[in-house]
Amino acid sequence: MSDIIEKNDTPEPSESSQVTAFGGPEAQAAAVEVPSYMPRRTIGQLLRGDLGFVPVLFTLIVVVIYFTIVTNGIFLHPENLSNLVGQIVTFGILGLGVTMVLLLGEIDLSIASVSVFCAVVMAVLSERHAVPALVAILVGLLTGAIVGFINGFFVAIVRVPSFIVTLAASIFYSGLLLNLLAGQSTLIISSPFIVAIAGSAESFLPDYLGVGLPLLAVLLYAISLIVSYVRRKRAGLRTMSLLQIVLRIVISALLVGGAVAVFESYHGVPYSAAILFGLITLFWLIMTRTSFGRHVYAVGGSSEAARRAGINVVGIRITCFSLCSTLAAVGGIVFASYGTAVASQIDPTLLLNAIAAAVIGGVSLFGGRGSVWAVVLGALIIGSLVNGLALLSQGTDVSEMVEGAVLLIAVSVDALVRRAQQRTGR
Amino acid sequence: MAENTTPAVGETTSPPPERPPSGEPRLRLRGISKSFGAVRALYKVDFEVNDGEVVGLVGDNGAGKSTLIKVISGVGPADEGEIFLEGQKISIPNPQAANRVGIETVYQDLALCDNLDVVANLFLGREERSFLRSLDEIDMEKQALNVLRTLDVKLPSTRTAVATLSGGQRQSVAVAKSILRKAKVVLLDEPTAALGVAQTRQVLNLIRRLREQGLAVVVISHNLADVFEVVDRVIVLRLGRRVGTFDIKTTTPEQIVAAITGAEFGQLMATNGTTQDNDSVGGK
Repeated sequence: MSDIIEKNDTPEPSESSQVTAFGGPEAQAAAVEVPSYMPRRTIGQLLRGDLGFVPVLFTLIVVVIYFTIVTNGIFLHPENLSNLVGQIVTFGILGLGVTMVLLLGEIDLSIASVSVFCAVVMAVLSERHAVPALVAILVGLLTGAIVGFINGFFVAIVRVPSFIVTLAASIFYSGLLLNLLAGQSTLIISSPFIVAIAGSAESFLPDYLGVGLPLLAVLLYAISLIVSYVRRKRAGLRTMSLLQIVLRIVISALLVGGAVAVFESYHGVPYSAAILFGLITLFWLIMTRTSFGRHVYAVGGSSEAARRAGINVVGIRITCFSLCSTLAAVGGIVFASYGTAVASQIDPTLLLNAIAAAVIGGVSLFGGRGSVWAVVLGALIIGSLVNGLALLSQGTDVSEMVEGAVLLIAVSVDALVRRAQQRTGR
Repeated sequence: MAENTTPAVGETTSPPPERPPSGEPRLRLRGISKSFGAVRALYKVDFEVNDGEVVGLVGDNGAGKSTLIKVISGVGPADEGEIFLEGQKISIPNPQAANRVGIETVYQDLALCDNLDVVANLFLGREERSFLRSLDEIDMEKQALNVLRTLDVKLPSTRTAVATLSGGQRQSVAVAKSILRKAKVVLLDEPTAALGVAQTRQVLNLIRRLREQGLAVVVISHNLADVFEVVDRVIVLRLGRRVGTFDIKTTTPEQIVAAITGAEFGQLMATNGTTQDNDSVGGK
């Protein structure tokens, strides 16, 4: 019986297919990749997939246009935009941290109190114990890493659901920071080094760096795109069209150039913004260009498949929680510097804003989906809402209601996308 | 025991390309027993698969198929018995050990990350790296295309997320992954379950390609039609014992069904001239 089938099929001997492997570079992809197999996708499906950022960008543009009109253009004034970026830096950095954890399909509810706690550790060391500022900052960051490690330990090894672990941590560290402050409600930071990070009039990059660094980044991005295009072409692999490459370079140059122009027409690029965008770029490279990043997405997509592929799932989880809390510490320190003080009171909107920035930007709460750049988009939307409503002299009441509603919409969209993918997926 | 005769059957069905000179099967299990409490799941089971041979492992529910596969894949090591890979005695205490010696198990689900693209899935856990330990996407994509071509797999693109692929394509990617890991023995657990007609055909074709590569392939299946299409030799388990071995060319499905269910087994034994607990080579 099998004989008959063999004759009907006459499968090519493997040797001959090996030969075609070296037949020519162009034949490489053609033998396997059949673009016509690609299911034709509707605009709706595209918006849920590759172009998922478009609705978010559209929302941002709508918000910006609305506030520009109702504030008679004050909203788009460089001074206001510089303020806006200053306001989003803290929860942007926290949002970047929580993205690491969200990509695993976990959540970290302790980022707000951990960020304040780490800032308090730094401030207490520097102000009360006369520890050198740099050492105090490093200890603050290390505290964040340890806190994250402990969270990760309970989630990955003891296997307690992350929202319980981090909720408990949130309460614990907000208590511990009160204890450290010993009854003081506000501790003023006088160390000039710490204040210089974000809180002084000199906390701006000199013009040559403010313009030079972003320019360099765009240039490197363009070069990497072109080099990859040439190498893929040479290897006989399918490439992006040249138009696509040109578009990518032009759009990124426009975005970066526009942002730099806005900053420069006011006081320059603040250190805090440089820290935020530096960190985002760094984590973007880590998440897309290294095995570690690949493994984080794998664990978020299917931890069982990741485990079977030999990935140290426990290690990845603990590392992500540690990174998250370390970034929370960075955010806390920048915020303390910005306000030149640490307070015993934790801003109640900080946690929500950070998570909302990630989720509104398109990072899935279910894990495995989303880019770190999403945080910038999400943070800009929230920042614009808060800033714009403040310009209209609306109180916290309206601002919080709007924000809550926007977050709910974003999470609902995420859930709907997930359902739609499961339906059309296989 | 009949091990010395059974591999000979495999030899006639398909000439193995890179067979060790000793005539030793690629993978051989001897006297495997395993109990779960008072339940004896496997009792003194022998098993062997040659290079370039596809062995079908069949049996009713509870016959011990999954237990035997778990023994080979390291998920559930045996209580007693010996395992030889290319004549070397090995122990497989866990799945990692199985992977190290070149035994790959392809599970229908749980093998792929839906959110990653095909190349990322193929190289998951063993990514190629270049400059500053960054991922070498070009090298990985080239290797991926090579493997997929030898398996005659067709995909929309190696950069599409696995979630968008059909069941057959997903199975193909999972199998390609085992090849990339330099597998010597590939275990396929119900590879065609839950697949449509065209996709089943695709997977069966894939199994033939694996045989052409000189791999030893074990297919566990409930679907006798599929088994008959692609397998060289069938090993039947019943109630934890190996009750039959059939050369597929000279066997009818009825004979295998009889061996699986135990019905008319006496009659079958008479024609085969074997005794119970021994391997009966069908239609000799």
